[in-house]
Parts: sequence; structure tokens; C-alpha cells
Amino acid sequence: MSPEPADGPGPTPGAVPEGGSGTVLEMRSIVKRFTGVTALADVTLSVRRGEIHALCGENGAGKSTLMKVLSGVHPHGSYEGQVLFDGEECRFKDIRASERRGIVIIHQELALVPHLSIAENIFLGNEPSRRGVIDWDQALSGAARLLRRVGLDEHPRTRVSDIGVGKQQLVEIAKALAKDVKLLILDEPTAALNDEDSAQLLRLMKELQEQGITSIIISHKLNEISEVADSVTVLRDGRSVETLDVHAPETTEERVIRGMVGRDLGSRFPERTPYEGPRDSEPALEIRDWTVRHPVDHHRRVVDGVSLTVRRGEIVGLAGLMGAGRTELAMSVFGRSYGRYERGTVHKDGHEIRTRTVPEAVARGLAYVTEDRKRYGLDLGDTVARNISLSSLPGLARGGIVDAHRERQVAEEYRRVMNIKTPDVLEPVGRLSGGNQQKIVLSKWVLAGPDVLILDEPTRGVDVGAKFEIYGVIDRLAAEGKAILMISSELPELLGMCDRVYTMAAGRLTGEVARADASQEVLMRHMTRVPSAAGTDPSEGHHP
Amino acid sequence: MSSEVTTKPEAPAGAPGREKGRGLGTMLLDAVRQNSRQYGMLFALGLIVVLFQIWTGGDLLLPRNVSNLVLQNSYILILAIGMMIVIIAGHIDLSVGSLTALVGAVAAVLMVQQQIPWPVAVALTLLMGAAAGALQGFFIAYIGIPSFIVTLAGMLLFRGLTEIFLDGQTMGPFPSGLQKVANGFLPEVGPATNYHNLTLLLGLVLIVFVILQEVRDRRRQREFSLQEVPPTLFALKLAALVAVILVATLLLASYKGAPVVLLILAALLVGFGYVMRNAVAGRHVYAIGGNLGAAKLSGVKDKRVTFAVFLNMGVLAALAGLVFAARFNAASPKAGINFELEAIAAAFIGGASMSGGVGTVLGAIIGGLVLGVLNNGMNLVGVGTDWQQVIKGLVLLAAVGFDVWNKRRAGG
Repeated sequence: MSPEPADGPGPTPGAVPEGGSGTVLEMRSIVKRFTGVTALADVTLSVRRGEIHALCGENGAGKSTLMKVLSGVHPHGSYEGQVLFDGEECRFKDIRASERRGIVIIHQELALVPHLSIAENIFLGNEPSRRGVIDWDQALSGAARLLRRVGLDEHPRTRVSDIGVGKQQLVEIAKALAKDVKLLILDEPTAALNDEDSAQLLRLMKELQEQGITSIIISHKLNEISEVADSVTVLRDGRSVETLDVHAPETTEERVIRGMVGRDLGSRFPERTPYEGPRDSEPALEIRDWTVRHPVDHHRRVVDGVSLTVRRGEIVGLAGLMGAGRTELAMSVFGRSYGRYERGTVHKDGHEIRTRTVPEAVARGLAYVTEDRKRYGLDLGDTVARNISLSSLPGLARGGIVDAHRERQVAEEYRRVMNIKTPDVLEPVGRLSGGNQQKIVLSKWVLAGPDVLILDEPTRGVDVGAKFEIYGVIDRLAAEGKAILMISSELPELLGMCDRVYTMAAGRLTGEVARADASQEVLMRHMTRVPSAAGTDPSEGHHP
Repeated sequence: MSSEVTTKPEAPAGAPGREKGRGLGTMLLDAVRQNSRQYGMLFALGLIVVLFQIWTGGDLLLPRNVSNLVLQNSYILILAIGMMIVIIAGHIDLSVGSLTALVGAVAAVLMVQQQIPWPVAVALTLLMGAAAGALQGFFIAYIGIPSFIVTLAGMLLFRGLTEIFLDGQTMGPFPSGLQKVANGFLPEVGPATNYHNLTLLLGLVLIVFVILQEVRDRRRQREFSLQEVPPTLFALKLAALVAVILVATLLLASYKGAPVVLLILAALLVGFGYVMRNAVAGRHVYAIGGNLGAAKLSGVKDKRVTFAVFLNMGVLAALAGLVFAARFNAASPKAGINFELEAIAAAFIGGASMSGGVGTVLGAIIGGLVLGVLNNGMNLVGVGTDWQQVIKGLVLLAAVGFDVWNKRRAGG
């Protein structure tokens, strides 16, 4: 390692302190619980000085939570365990405290103010000033130096909204450098970037490493990890499973995948009840060539030429990592609730149907149970009964007047059937646990009486007991002849429940696996295989 | 009515169990807690009434003054009903004060200048209110401009048009038919008693109706085997309701009887209260205000609902404008100034939330009455308008502040 003298007023004074090697960060037996859910059961993480340390694991394995503990988003006292940085125990009470020690986290969703200039963003909250008046000369020249360091060729006065996501990511890193960063944490930094920007970012990480900055990178893309990282720690179900040396010959992608998924399935899933009704020749739901562009960045296809089918009584899985386009596919099919429609058709029982608006989709027998129940699923301040009835009010009303008694009765019925634990159906749903809230969202859509249900992460943030109950409900729905498309990031769940599983990556379908052939390794391989532009995917290959 | 709430908390509040045999006091407290803002304001209203009753040496609740109170506040209360619905939907309407003035002006032009028969003119002006509301609703719902901006524009626009129509002058007087409706009392019938017979009769009918309604509701609850309120609490509630209606009836009947606008107000309160609580349309208003994303994904036609809410506000603003113009028997270019702010204040005092999705029509009336009684009481004891504004500002701040504090304490 040959540390270059850093230019400018910046961090890393010349050489790496204390002779380079040794442990810079140690997190010991970290446990973090949220109400009803244990996010981190027992995590130990040890990062050597000057290395790039990758953190990987399935969605929900606890990567982001761990980094929030480290950066003080979850303050000291809200978790158990010890954090040692540079040999000292850290008790951060907020982000500012961790930043003072030189730990800077760059989140997946960038924290830039779009209408301010690059320079203003870099020094936001950290403005070079004299008696409260900003010293613009110093800010602009400082920003220019930092931009050179991250290799971004833009004027510091350029507005952040005028540059692309890739460049914005570089601005974030420049901002971190301005804070005298010693440990840089990047949460899925390339999730929203194209190949070229990703490559540039990874190069920059290497350069920063040579300047003595330690980095932690959270990534789903295993090829990236083997490209930049020195070691990788695998998390699974809130526990640190193992730490591997990336340079060692036995550390292959397969090896990492095994670490990410290896766990016993057990009997965490109900026996599937077969559907015995009539089988139609046409699938209940067929999506053809569905293509959607990003709502803001119109050049990006978030869903690209996806075609799939779901039959009556069938549970079909849709697997993919963060940013694969699963939710975007579901929401755009359901009344075009996401992005800009480009092309594609939806068919039900062999006939093309219109689903341009949500009421249209509902009227054609579609239902979409959202993954983000707080934002799209529930009115947390409203009662259990009213949340359940919201999609079915016309059916509960006569002449436009809701029969409040019947509404309550129906809600009571669902409380019993779904085993919703609430003192009263007139209780605000905000007071209930995640599992019970999820059952309410599910109840709402079952009550609406659809033929096709799209379930988006139906067990996210739900404890094990409630999960089993939800699986039971899903099984029952399929046995009644509903067609179910189940999006999930938990591979065991897909393997335990589904008849077939489609995989997606970067907006495209990358595989279709029958239950008999499916294993976590097989699915993970399809999910991490990012298709290049020219049709790696056999199921579709035409472009405009 | 408020006394039942205040005299009751003899049972300890800390009873955590929610099993069937819970005490009356706990249940009452539960009910209070669940609607803390509304009960809180009901209590505050009672307190203010008692306070001013003492301070004015009994003048506040003189029959003549009660009658006055209703007439004085009727147009703000009408606006507050509409404003509450707008705020529940997650919007705001700054244009209603100007719109009431414009409606008054147009009504004057039609009735005084053009000599059009007043019922026809009333219908036309209500239509105009609907059109104005629809216009704003169109820009808000379908074009997507924030309601604050659209109605701010409307506020300037309608005020300017008012001055253009009236040429800067006041215009009157209005036909006596309209005045009788907006400013008059129910006609007297039957033998001469010391009371206004028709008002008494109406009060009695109302009491019978309320009792029947409550009993029927209770029977329905049993039919659907839902948990019901214990009989003592039920009786208490019924008694309180009857008492309030009886007192109000006697007060009004011992003067000139019930003002006609009181009947209009009661109809609006019952009608809109019912719609907001029980109609699909009302539910959809709560849904889009409570969580627009969830409402959209649940198939609520959010744009149509928003549009309708503003159309409705326009009609109610027109109604308020007619009542106001008829009461002062002239249309003035300066009419309705600050009405929007009074209506907004009434809604927030009455339990609305800035983020939408919360509030009741009854709450808007209670909030409006708090402001109205404050106004009236302070006038009676001779507090100047300067201090009146200071006090009203503090009351608004205190009401909402208390609610925010209460919610945080409950751990929302």
C-alpha cells in the first residue's frame, strides 16, 4: 500500500496512522430489537484498517440495521452490544456524533437537496463560515478540490438536480470527504447506477482505499464484491454467519451464496392444499411484454419486457433482489400506480383487460397487497374496521350509505378468521403490531373478492407465528381457486409456498423455475445474474 | 352536556384490562380518551359558557342573546362545516371569505338591480357558488396545483370581482322574503302562551326523534351481536342529550322562537354529519386525507372526491354569503373579510388535523361555537376587538397545542 499525500485541506493527513494494519472497527454481539421483531440477533463485525469490507445477505438479513447502529441512527442504549472504533468504545447518540469520529454513511436514497448547488450540498450543515456568514470563496474552492478528488468534472455551482444519479453519488462521497471521513459506509451504492457509473464508483473506492480510507460496502452484486472488496461478512437472519477473505481461492460466489441462504427449511410452511376446481385452458393472469420507465428518469426502464402467467389455484413466486423491479412491475400492472407505461398488455382468462386505473383493476378482479403497508396499505389513524372495508365500501353500502353495523360485523368476522389480535375492531390500526397490520391489509383485499391477488412481501416485518398464519391464509386462497403472484425476498418462503418461481434482475425476467427444480442456490444465481443489454434472457429478446 | 364528562372520573384511570366487566368510569374515560379533542373542546365550550355567564351577570344566556348568538355565527358555522370537510380531505380553502362577498354582490345585482324574484336569484347564486368551487376543484384535483395556491388565487379573484360588480358601493336592501329566511324566526301558531309554540313543538319532536334513534341503534347493535354500551352509560348519554335540547328549546321559545337559520344549520349538521360518517363518499374523503397513497391503491377515485369536496365548499360558501348579505340587508365589497380564517380556526379548534383524515362535522360546529361564544361574551363585557383577537389567537394555539401534547403523551 502506498498512501499518496492527500491534496487540499482534506482528511487523511499524509500517511496511514499506526502503521496501516490492525482492526479499526469492531462491533461485538450487537442485538437490536424493534417492537415484536428482532432485527439483529447477534452480529459481530471486525473491519481491518484500510480495507474494503463487503457486507452481504438477503433483504432483511440486518445489513442496514447494523449500519444504522454503527452510525448512530439507532442511538447508544437502543441496542445491546459494543462498538469499538479505533480501540475506543463508541456511544453515539446521533449521526452527528458518529460523523465527528469520521464515520460517514451514504444511504441508498441519496440525501442531497436537489435545488441546491453541488458546493452547497457538499458543505451542508458544515459550511465554511465566519461569524455565521458563509465564506463562498472557500466553499467553492474547497468543493472544487473535493470534486477533483472524486473525479467529478462539474462546476461546484451546478445544481444537483441537473446532474445524473451516478454523479450525485460522487457528490455524496465528496460530501463525506469534506467531513474528514475515516470510515465510509456505502449502502447499495450501485443499485440505481448503470454499468459505466458503477465501474467509475468502484474505481473511486479503490482510489480512496489507497488514500487510507476504510470502507464498508453493502451490495447484492457479488461480482462487484469480488472486484473491490478484501473481505466479506455474510449476515443471515440478523446474525453474522462468517467472514471470508475475498482474495482466498476458496471464496467463490457460490461459497458466498451458500452463506447467504444456508438454513433449514423445517416445517415453517403449511402443507399446500391442492386446488380441485375446474382448470381453465387460459391462465387467470397473463402479463405480456410489460415495460415501464422510471417516473422521473425517463431513460431508465425499470421493468423491461416482462411476460409471465399465473393459473387458477396456483401460487407463483417472483424473486429478485432490491431494485430488480418486482414491486414496480406489480404496481404498474395494478392501475398504473408506478412509473410511465411504455408497452405491454394484461390478460385475464384469455381476454385482454384494461387496468389503467386502480378502480378498473379492482373491477376486473385484481388485488395488490402492498409491501409498504404504512405508505400504501393502511390509514394508521383509522380503525381496523374502516381499513378492512375501504376497498369494498360499495358492497357494504345501500344507496351510497355504508351499513356501519354490517361493516363492524364483517370486520369482526375477519378478526376471527385471520386471528387479528386487537382489543376492538374500532381500535386505530397504528397501535397494532406489524403482523396484525399485515393481516388487516390482507383482509381488506380478500374482502374485495378478487380472482387474482398480487402479494408484495406479504410477511415483511412480521414475526414467525404470524407468518405461519399468513401462509395458511395464502394457501386457503389458492385452494379456493384464486391465482396468486407472490413477491418475496425470502427465498425459503418462495420455496415453501410456490408452485413456480420467476426471477428478476435489473428489470428483466432472468428465469422461471419449477418447484421441483428450485433451490435457494439456483434462485440466487438467477437473481444475481444481471442481464446485459442484449437479451441474456431466453424468454424475451426483442427491443424497439 | 359537558358536565357529564367532568363529574365522572371517580374510577382510577390506570385500569389496563379491557375485559367485559370493566367499570362505567373506565368506559367513560376510554370514550373520552378516544375522542379527546372533541370532548376536550366540548368541555372547553361548557367552561367558556359558564365563565361568561358569570362574568356578564347572566346576560350571556338571556333568551334574546342566545337567539343573537345563533344569528351572529350562522354564516361562520356554515363555512366551518365545509371547511372541516376540505381539511379532512387534506386541503385548505382560503377563498371562502371572498366567495361569500362575491355571492352577496351577485345576489344584490340580481335581486336589487335586476328585480329577479328572490327564490330564483337564490338558486342562481347557489349555482354560481357551485361553479366557483368546481373551478377551483378542477385545478386542484385534475391539474394538480396545491389547494393553498389555487384558493389564494381564488381569494384575490373573487374579492376583485366583488368590487367590480358593486362598483365599490354597498347595495341593498334585499327583498323581505329573503330577509325573513336569513334573519327571521319561525312563524307563531296556536294559542298564546308565554312560549313560542312551534319552537316548543319542534323541540319535543326532536327529543322523541333522538330517543327513538338511539334506541334503534342499540337494538341494531344487539342484532349484530356487537359489544354494546352498558345500560347506565346509555341512559346517562340519553339524559344529557335530552337535557341539552330541552334547555336550548326553552331558551329560544321564551324569546321570538327558533331562528330559521338554526333549522338550516341543524339540517346541514345532521346531513353532512351523516354523510361523512356513513356514506361511501364521506369515507372516501377521510381515506384520501388519511393516507392518499393507500386510498389510491384501494381504488378510491381520489380526484373525483377532491373535486366534489371543493364543489361542496363553493355551495356552502354561497349559502353563507346569502345569509350574511340578508342579515345586514346589503351587499358590501368589504363583506366576508377574514371569514376563511375564522372557519379554518373553528375547524382546527374542533379537532381537525393539518395532515388531514381527522375531524368531524360536529367538531367544526363546536369549534365555531367556542369562537362565537368568545366573541359574543367579550362583546358583552366590553373587551375591545384588539384584545378579542389576541385572546382568540391564544385559544387556537392552546387548543391545538393541547391536542398535539396529548397525542405525543399517548405515544402516537
